Amino acid sequence: MDGKVVIATDKLTKRFGDFTAVNEITFNVFEGEIFGFLGANGAGKTTAMRMLCGLSIPTSGKATIAGFDVYKQTEKIKRNIGYMSQKFSLYEDLTVLENIRFYGGIYGMTNSKIKSKSDELIAKLGLEKEAKKLVKSLPLGWKQKLAFSVAIFHEPKIVFLDEPTGGVDPVTRRQFWDLIYAAADQGITVFVTTHYMDEAEYCNRISMMVDGSIAALDTPSVLKKQFAAQTMDEVFYELARGAKRGE
Amino acid sequence: MNWPEEQKEENKMKQFISFVKKEFYHVFRDRKTLLLLFGMPVVQIVLFGFALTNEIKNSKIVICDYSKDISTRAIIDKLEVSKNFEIKQANLSNSEIEKAFKEGTIKLVIVFPANFNYDLNHQNKAQVQIIADATDPNTATTLTMYASNIIADYQRQLIQGQNIPLQIETEMRMIYNPELKGTTNFVPGVMALVLFLISVLMTSVSIVKEKESGTMEILLVSPFNPFLVVISKAIPYFFLSLINLTVILLLSVYLLDMPIEGSILLLIAESSLFIITALSFGLLISTLTSSQQAAMLISLMGSLLPTMMLTGFIFPIENMPKALQIISNIVPPKWYYIIAKSIMIKGLGFSAIWKETLILLGMTFFLLFVSIKKFKTRLA
Amino acid sequence: MADVILQNITKTYNKGETIAVKDVSFSVEKGELFGLIGPDGAGKTSIFRMLTTLLLPDGGNGSVCGFDIVKDYKAIREMVGYMPGRFSLYQDLTVEENLSFFATVFKTTIEENYDLIRDIYIQIEPFKNRRAGKLSGGMKQKLALCCALIHRPIVLFLDEPTTGVDTVSRKEFWEMLKRLKSLGITILVSTPYMDEAMLCERIALIQNGEIMSINTPQKIISEYPKKLYAIKSKNMSHLLQDIRQFDGIESCNSFGENHHISFNDDNELEIQQKLIAFLRAKNHQQIELKPVTPTIEDCFIKLMN
Repeated sequence: MDGKVVIATDKLTKRFGDFTAVNEITFNVFEGEIFGFLGANGAGKTTAMRMLCGLSIPTSGKATIAGFDVYKQTEKIKRNIGYMSQKFSLYEDLTVLENIRFYGGIYGMTNSKIKSKSDELIAKLGLEKEAKKLVKSLPLGWKQKLAFSVAIFHEPKIVFLDEPTGGVDPVTRRQFWDLIYAAADQGITVFVTTHYMDEAEYCNRISMMVDGSIAALDTPSVLKKQFAAQTMDEVFYELARGAKRGE
Repeated sequence: MNWPEEQKEENKMKQFISFVKKEFYHVFRDRKTLLLLFGMPVVQIVLFGFALTNEIKNSKIVICDYSKDISTRAIIDKLEVSKNFEIKQANLSNSEIEKAFKEGTIKLVIVFPANFNYDLNHQNKAQVQIIADATDPNTATTLTMYASNIIADYQRQLIQGQNIPLQIETEMRMIYNPELKGTTNFVPGVMALVLFLISVLMTSVSIVKEKESGTMEILLVSPFNPFLVVISKAIPYFFLSLINLTVILLLSVYLLDMPIEGSILLLIAESSLFIITALSFGLLISTLTSSQQAAMLISLMGSLLPTMMLTGFIFPIENMPKALQIISNIVPPKWYYIIAKSIMIKGLGFSAIWKETLILLGMTFFLLFVSIKKFKTRLA
Repeated sequence: MADVILQNITKTYNKGETIAVKDVSFSVEKGELFGLIGPDGAGKTSIFRMLTTLLLPDGGNGSVCGFDIVKDYKAIREMVGYMPGRFSLYQDLTVEENLSFFATVFKTTIEENYDLIRDIYIQIEPFKNRRAGKLSGGMKQKLALCCALIHRPIVLFLDEPTTGVDTVSRKEFWEMLKRLKSLGITILVSTPYMDEAMLCERIALIQNGEIMSINTPQKIISEYPKKLYAIKSKNMSHLLQDIRQFDGIESCNSFGENHHISFNDDNELEIQQKLIAFLRAKNHQQIELKPVTPTIEDCFIKLMN
């Protein structure tokens, strides 16, 4: 996939004491790409993502996110990205509308923009009847879809998704990916981690982290050929099997 | 979306306002905390404004009038009129006076010796004895002051118009605490507070923590009686509290120079009982809630506030409105405070405090009984 | 008699406002490896808690090894092993301390039933002095499993043991379960991962508190009502959109590197050709269409509608 580079890293490293969590990772992500960031638990995925989101300062190496430097311009990075994780997305004791308006305000959108876009979003998700209900009363699947839409409400360049479809039913999962495709079509770059290996297939390119380094990075079809595998599940298994960090 | 390189000031303000708005939502939707935030100040103002006062009114005093003459009558009348005293006239013997003080029913005794008036007229000098229970030195000094003032007043009245230097000498005796040490009052109070607070708080939080972390779930699905889980949590805190008690006593004796008049063994036994009462209360609280935060809040409210306000070591109970006096009876630290004072300052033995001990014992059984009933062997 | 029996079990919360479990009935035979398959909120945890006597049902009845889940809860609690949803062992105790604590709670010792847990414990033994809170996800699962097995339970209840754990650890975990089953322990597992359904002997598909189907995975697959095909082209996301616009498609769902589609016309060959032509007209390249065996996930999706 050619195009503008929105994430560029060069030997990005994070050390905690004498433990190297992320070891000199180097890769690029292009505009509008759906980039799958995979790895076993403890492989360094979460640490790497935190650096890319501007939440943690690297120990060494270089990286730019949406053109901003990861050491000196973390505030600008945060303003140009969206983030959604399984653990935190929306405030349960606020209504759907209140959540949307809150995030709109945080990202500095004008009142009129917030109003028009929130009407649009609610219509798109079919949440007219639920707009004034507390988020905690929504079923899990709707919460996740709403959380994603709120994460891209301000039209960021990149959206980071941390296991967004965990525990969700199969139909909702696919609806969620419809939303991801739509976002990518709009030019938003999607950086997603997941434990579902079929979702790895939906990505344009995949990277797999093992023991702090990137062990593989390419399109799903090339990786499958490379490892003589039928599915991404097999590819993952091959790569993760030898990992020393399962402890 | 075009994002300006530098965020304008108005955008920063907008962000801030969004956050403030959200925080208002959170606060107003948390009904329980709201109740606390608005209810607490109201309760405190009412209590402090109307009920709790350092002023001493209607203190029960005994007047022993061995003279029964016109002067003593006049002074007694004045004392009666004063709102500080509730007078009982009885000519008590020394041992009867001692007994009354031991029981704690009276705080002050005024003794007029025989021939009071005669001495005044013929020797221009008479004596009055004021004996005060100084376990609470503040109360003692205040009451003594009230009494002396009234007597001095009468003295001035007599002198008026005459040139004779009449003098009524007041001899003051402070019992149990002749040096009027403030520590005698607050050390038993602090003991009650510390032992109660720690045991209630730590026990309830520790049990609820087990519920919150999910380990209680696994323990329930096992042959182990979950109630024993609870008991096993209370035991370390029991010993911790005993250590605390020892430290407090050592500090009072050696640092604050406050001796322990009575039996230390009795004190430790009674304290152990009190600690168990507190642990049972903590246990009861743990059956009522499933979040550590709530457990902490309820424990603090249920132990700190009643102990500070209704035990009697900061605000005398006798001066509270009847309703509060009744409520103070169900606050376990109040009874322990009396026991601790009696042993430490008055040097009394078990015969003097068996009633209070029985009350504490009763409270413990009651709390344990209710806790066992409410203890859930299931999750819901 | 079956080891686990549920009859018309219902559970509500919030004074009847939320119905978590609706009239559920199934049974698990002795020595069976049974899977309860469904997403979050389907009612799996509520069912497990009722079977392990932690919650009372609002309707219906159930039994474990012949003991009633309401009246004979004490007996049930002595003979089952339970691993609840999230890691609930003592974070600040070491691996060994946790294990010996639970052994004592169940009035046994580690040595007594060591043969049962040996294969699993060996993998975490090098870390036996490490605090449980500092273990990785996979290691925590193994420890929790050991603690649930230490007293040689007759029935093992595992509530979402593989959630949040990576693929490799998940596979290892199921290997361990198979070995346990061969020792005669009845195992009831719940999971949201549809691929794990295939590793069970029998499964119940559950959604919104209701059972949609109970059978062996193979039977459920064979009951899929339509013929299923896998289709792919160079541009998968556009393929999905375009197929949905085609008249004659009954269902189309993405499944990783393929889309699974079924037709609503019985005249399959004709309509397949029409479809391919339609797609070619839309400039799709490298179109591949072939029949495919349905997966449990396909069946789940079909049953949801």
